[in-house]
Amino acid sequence: MSGARWKARLTPAAAGANTAPMNFSGGSAPGWQRLIACGTMAAGLSVLGACVNVNAPSEPIVIELNVNIKQEVLYRLVDSAEENIEENPEIF
Amino acid sequence: MAATGKTIRNIATALLAAGALATVATPAFAQRDPAYAAARANGTIGEKMDGYLGFVGSPSGDLKKLVDDLNIRRKASYADRARSQGVTIEEFAFTQGCLLIARTVAGEKYQAPDGSWQTRGSGPARVDPRCPAAS
Repeated sequence: MSGARWKARLTPAAAGANTAPMNFSGGSAPGWQRLIACGTMAAGLSVLGACVNVNAPSEPIVIELNVNIKQEVLYRLVDSAEENIEENPEIF
Repeated sequence: MAATGKTIRNIATALLAAGALATVATPAFAQRDPAYAAARANGTIGEKMDGYLGFVGSPSGDLKKLVDDLNIRRKASYADRARSQGVTIEEFAFTQGCLLIARTVAGEKYQAPDGSWQTRGSGPARVDPRCPAAS
């Protein structure tokens, strides 16, 4: 199993916690995405010229709570993993 | 840059954790099957980052059977604990792998974060920076 494969898989859950706080920076979508969104909205609502441009704040919104929860989970996993070795020494 | 600082801090934390774990003696491993213990000691097999044992070279049929059996039993234990912790088997196994790599002793093989096999020296093992620090 290559390192890269599980690395990618585990990143959101196991890793994200331990590394950087998650940054939710609002819609700085490229222009073409906005165009598509506008087009979709116009088509769906049958209202022309109803597109509103919303500017995202330049500062990323950092939600620290997520980080704490995830780190708590990681610590719990370590405790359980330690226990696993103690309870099943013959397989480790 | 903030991200770089964080990465360095994480690596430092991981190294500290590895050092702390390395100093914890593990007499429980005395219960290993002699063939398994020998294969670990001579570097035929090693601890992978995913929490399972891997073959460094090509193993004999008997050794392969033995290691496959250990890995199946490991997976069963990971599945139980992952379920009670509400995480995936892979997430639990990864955490277990962090611990198992940190607990290798000098001369044993382990998989480094780049995927290569390394022989544990006298210093701490190179664990993934995402490995949680030991409590």
